Amino acid sequence: MRVAVCVKQIPDPASPYDLDPDTHFVVRPTDQVLDDTDRYGVEMGLQLAEQTEGTVTLVSMGPSGNLQGIRQALAMGADKAVIIDDGTLQGSDSLATAGILAAAIQREGFDLVIAGTESTDGYAGILPQQLAEFLGVPALTFAKKVSVEGDTVRIERQTQTGYDEVEAPVPALVSVTAGVVEPRYPTFKGIMQAKSKPVETLTAGDLGVEVTTKQKIIAIRPAPERASGELIEDDGEAHLKIVALLEQAKVI
Amino acid sequence: MAKTWVFVEETEEGPATVGLELLTKARGFGGELAAVFLGNGSEENLAALGAHGASKVFHMTPSDALPTAAAAAALADLAGSHSPDLILFGLTYTGRDVAGRLSARIGKTILSNATDIAMEGGMVTVTNEILGGMTLVDAIFENDPPYLVIARPKSFPAEPSGGGAPEIETVSLPDVGHAGSAIVTASHTEHLEGPKLEDAAIVVAAGRGIGTEEGFAVIEELASKLGAATAATRAIVDAGWVAYSKQVGQTGKTVKPDVYIAAGVSGAMQHLVGMKDSKVIIAINKDEEAPIFGVSDLGVVGDLHKVLPKLIEALGNR
Ligand SMILES: Cc1cc2nc3c(=O)[nH]c(=O)nc-3n(C[C@H](O)[C@H](O)[C@H](O)COP(=O)(O)OP(=O)(O)OC[C@H]3O[C@@H](n4cnc5c(N)ncnc54)[C@H](O)[C@@H]3O)c2cc1C
Ligand SMILES: Cc1cc2nc3c(=O)[nH]c(=O)nc-3n(C[C@H](O)[C@H](O)[C@H](O)COP(=O)(O)OP(=O)(O)OC[C@H]3O[C@@H](n4cnc5c(N)ncnc54)[C@H](O)[C@@H]3O)c2cc1C
Repeated sequence: MRVAVCVKQIPDPASPYDLDPDTHFVVRPTDQVLDDTDRYGVEMGLQLAEQTEGTVTLVSMGPSGNLQGIRQALAMGADKAVIIDDGTLQGSDSLATAGILAAAIQREGFDLVIAGTESTDGYAGILPQQLAEFLGVPALTFAKKVSVEGDTVRIERQTQTGYDEVEAPVPALVSVTAGVVEPRYPTFKGIMQAKSKPVETLTAGDLGVEVTTKQKIIAIRPAPERASGELIEDDGEAHLKIVALLEQAKVI
Repeated sequence: MAKTWVFVEETEEGPATVGLELLTKARGFGGELAAVFLGNGSEENLAALGAHGASKVFHMTPSDALPTAAAAAALADLAGSHSPDLILFGLTYTGRDVAGRLSARIGKTILSNATDIAMEGGMVTVTNEILGGMTLVDAIFENDPPYLVIARPKSFPAEPSGGGAPEIETVSLPDVGHAGSAIVTASHTEHLEGPKLEDAAIVVAAGRGIGTEEGFAVIEELASKLGAATAATRAIVDAGWVAYSKQVGQTGKTVKPDVYIAAGVSGAMQHLVGMKDSKVIIAINKDEEAPIFGVSDLGVVGDLHKVLPKLIEALGNR
């Protein structure tokens, strides 16, 4: 089974990102990391490829920088990476991103596409569905469990009150939640091998697609601040303060 | 005059609450207001849409297929023939699926995670919160209508307007071929005790600070004393200690109770977006630097395993 996994490099979430004051785009440093959300997709892809003697291709759009994040995913075991790095795509909306990724994935050929349910930095949470529509395949979304049997993909799809069992024939797209599988850590051997794995860098022109972004940020402003409250050290009597506040809030 | 549509999916308890919230909000835009309803649609459910301001309902009934691809296609056709200015979706699983596919099908961008929507003279501005709600971002569309927006639940109140029965137009779901070939073979509902998390007046939330899966017992005990719902951070949901349906935050539920008690919760941005609009927030954390204290009305620096048992005891003596 040919599995394409959508992965995104993002600024290290340990330090909150900045938006450029002029363009309103996220400022992206050269040493971005692999979005933690996508480690689950990579692991899922690797497990399904291992079961079916298939391959895993990473597909990513964004400034490639020093490829630290992509190397991380290759070190986990992915076979190759295709990166669309094109300055004209800076600040793309999700629809434009999905259009580019769809073209790259079509060009590679695929049986299954895996994406995260939402990214850590942009979290618009709609790219997988847009991508599936462009590819003309069913979208099995919000999967907390995935299995493949022959040409059928089965998932447990998170719902508001539990989960549904959903299945579809390949080719298909699956979006996975964090926790779907436990991502492996790259081994030393994996890290060494990753250095020589193929990484192809393309522009939108190479793919023969043209996309435009049709949304614009017009203002960034601070949210009204919540009046800061009281901070107390527990001296063994803190619970009484809590009781008093619950009374004041008229809930007890 | 603006023409606004609100996509509303059916849940076990009737039309999804976020759909009613969006209808309430959209009434304020003036003009025509219609609901696009995906569900079996009892008379009661359809009446609720009218009561919240929809004068018309486009009604789609799902089969055993995952209806999202077909619903998006049907909606694309409807939008083509009726030219709505604005189509609103709630940030739910199905809402995201239908909005996403529709967007690609008709080539219109989506502004997602909206917490406010303003319409002035045909101009739509969408606001969302970033960095855990500390910063607001206003954005506009640069394509022609329909403008597609996905809004976070609980951004607006749901209030009936006293509107009458809506006009119903039945819309059949088209055959979209392979894209529509996903089928639902079984449904499982998690059995949950106590009040519903989204509606509870008091929520007691636990984070990794409870230490172990067994540590959740003290949270449940406090909640039952208070008639509260229990909630969790993603950290302990991913660890398998608590059911996903209790997760609060960006990828979980949004709650706005009268009182939110957070025990052993650090207050990550992704958690804050789901609870920071609670009326009163009380946090117990042993790290005085924990970000949760930044949004708390009362912060207790201490060990939850010491504070909560005493609190439970004090409440028991009342
Ligand atoms: C604060 C903020 C708010 C934004 N709001 C919106 C908005 O409302 N509407 C909108 O259209 N755009 C929005 N964007 C832009 C959007 O984030 C980018 O277009 C992004 O490339 C795709 O969307 P996402 O990261 O939100 O994807 P999501 O849909 O959240 O991501 C889901 C999955 O899609 C895959 N994926 C996403 N991006 C890429 C990529 N570049 N390469 C490979 N795989 C990828 C990953 O597997 C990811 O886990 C926003 C950006 C920021 C920073
Ligand atoms: C795309 C994305 C989406 C996400 N969505 C969500 C979401 O919807 N909801 C969510 O919650 N998170 C979400 N997260 C995860 C989030 O970033 C945090 O990792 C998570 O909220 C942390 O959970 P926590 O506070 O339980 O754990 P930690 O951050 O580990 O905090 C534990 C806290 O407990 C305190 N503590 C320890 N022992 C005690 C004790 N005995 N008494 C008192 N305090 C103690 C510690 O001081 C610490 O502050 C998301 C992350 C990403 C990347």
